Amino acid sequence: MNPASKTFSQTPGNISRVPYWAYTDPHLHTQELGRIFYGQHWSYVGLLAEIPNLGDFKKTQIGEREVIMVKDHVHPSQQGLDHGIRVVENRCAHRGVRFCQKTHGNQRSFVCPYHQWAYKLNGDLGGLPFKDGVEREGITQGGMPKDFDVKQHGLNRLKVEVLHGLVFATFDPQSPPLDQYLGPRIMPWLERIFKSRELTLLGYNRQRIPGNWKLMMENIKDPYHPGLLHTWFVTFGLWRADQRSRMIMDERGRHAVMVSQRNEGGDGAVTKGVTSFKPNMKLQDDRLLDIVQEPWWTIADPSKPTQTITPSVTMITLFPSLIIQQQVNSLSTRQIIPNGHGQFDFVWTHFGFKDDTPEMTRRRLRQANLFGPAGYVSADDGEVIEFSQAGFEQFNSDGLRGGETLCELGGREVAMTEHMVTETLIRGMYNYWREVMGHE
Amino acid sequence: MNENTPKPLNSSPLGQGDIAGIESLSTVQTLESEINRLNAQYARALDERLFDLWPEFFIPEGRYTVRSRENHERGLPLALLDLESQGMMRDRIYGVTQTIFHAPYYTRHVLSPTVLLGSTLVQPMSPSNALELKDPTLWVSSTSYAVFRTKPTQVSEVFNVGQYLDHWTRTEAGLKLFSRVCIFDTEMVLNSFIYPI
Repeated sequence: MNPASKTFSQTPGNISRVPYWAYTDPHLHTQELGRIFYGQHWSYVGLLAEIPNLGDFKKTQIGEREVIMVKDHVHPSQQGLDHGIRVVENRCAHRGVRFCQKTHGNQRSFVCPYHQWAYKLNGDLGGLPFKDGVEREGITQGGMPKDFDVKQHGLNRLKVEVLHGLVFATFDPQSPPLDQYLGPRIMPWLERIFKSRELTLLGYNRQRIPGNWKLMMENIKDPYHPGLLHTWFVTFGLWRADQRSRMIMDERGRHAVMVSQRNEGGDGAVTKGVTSFKPNMKLQDDRLLDIVQEPWWTIADPSKPTQTITPSVTMITLFPSLIIQQQVNSLSTRQIIPNGHGQFDFVWTHFGFKDDTPEMTRRRLRQANLFGPAGYVSADDGEVIEFSQAGFEQFNSDGLRGGETLCELGGREVAMTEHMVTETLIRGMYNYWREVMGHE
Repeated sequence: MNENTPKPLNSSPLGQGDIAGIESLSTVQTLESEINRLNAQYARALDERLFDLWPEFFIPEGRYTVRSRENHERGLPLALLDLESQGMMRDRIYGVTQTIFHAPYYTRHVLSPTVLLGSTLVQPMSPSNALELKDPTLWVSSTSYAVFRTKPTQVSEVFNVGQYLDHWTRTEAGLKLFSRVCIFDTEMVLNSFIYPI
């Protein structure tokens, strides 16, 4: 068999398997960048709270292309219509230079260091040296051609939408509106955290994980592992299979929300034989688990409108590159920045709310010890992703594109559930992925 | 800022000139040499996996923080690790040795000589945070560190580099850390950060 002709699943029609080459093929990775990250998908670029003032900017990436999110002027006639947030590609229109090297700051304009081409905050070319040539002894020397039009040579400007303080951008002007892209099943869970709230930025953590970027999305669409891999979750009842929970997807299976409500932990059917469960574990200083229920946790249940629901955790995955975490009082966005097929950077932005008391801010910061690159329940996610990638790479070292992962917990179909003993969200994402990538 | 972190009062960027509360250069050198010795022991405790000894370098209410230089310089309070007592430090040791699944690795710390930056006084604490120190003077010092990581069958790699920004207090048991903030330059954590540094 021609290796390249191998279809997505070695068992035709089976969406519950993912071939290893989906993680190991460098050529496929470049196709993913084109079709997914630079195609008709919306990517998270940051929070409004990161750029509160005119001229504030933050540099980030969509896929492997650098972009700059900046707060621009709003024309008086556009007040209330224009959010004033621009996202431009970090690539000079002249010679392609990545002109911006600072990760954040405040600028009145962007100037490429090479030939001093100057851009307005909205990406328009403001001016360039010697455009009209240089006068010497009454003669004009050089300059741009007469028909050179500055309006045609601005920075690559992305389509931008701001949703409750979250900034998204897309390279493709044909992308559908953001609310359509996210869909009505996902929206209530974003509104629950963000709607009508002003955020405060608490800070960043950054880690480099040697694994394919999709493995991180899968990790947060996989409710099977947390109560098994993460001692802290199972022992202290923060996430385990005997909790009330719900697995939600948008209509196309690309975005998801894992919703759950904590319990008291301790012994139970789900801890039998689980070696990560530590029945005698006692903290010497338990301020880390000083959890306080917040009023906004309770909302009208989107699928049973006459009832309310009070989750202690919602893990939202927005395809392709954003995870939004509420785990008890800890809140963060986690952005995936791919770097080749076998590595990605993972950027955590922790936040709180403007009306938080100092005690709540401290609580959020304290619970941040559970998450992030050093977190009691996140450090090991990065580790298992590294080991997953290593397993795929070793088997694919013969170039024959063999091997596949198995995702059959809870069945072989894609469906929403009222429990967490399932890998349905992973199946949903790959069902969509196959559609976009054109694999059967 | 963190409520437990005192602001340096009498300090100069390089520890030159008068440091209030210190009589002479030889007093500075004596303190620095005492800190150098403690730092060497601290590094050895971690590299030799004598983890039970690690919290003992701090006072019981001591603070251990690992924060990126980015957050530190921007005044953002988030840390990679932020432990507010010896109890939390012991919990961390239990956590990393018994609960976090990770690839095993050695650490190797290489520390610079310390520079005493100055002194400060413990700020009045809020009632919930009462802290009795025999001597309210805190000595502020900075020490550069490099931590190398070596995984089984792999070559050594630079894992984390930065400075310890420390506040030391004189106790009956000798000089102890009131707080240690590891401010790291390394913009990317190499996957996971397990052991204290």
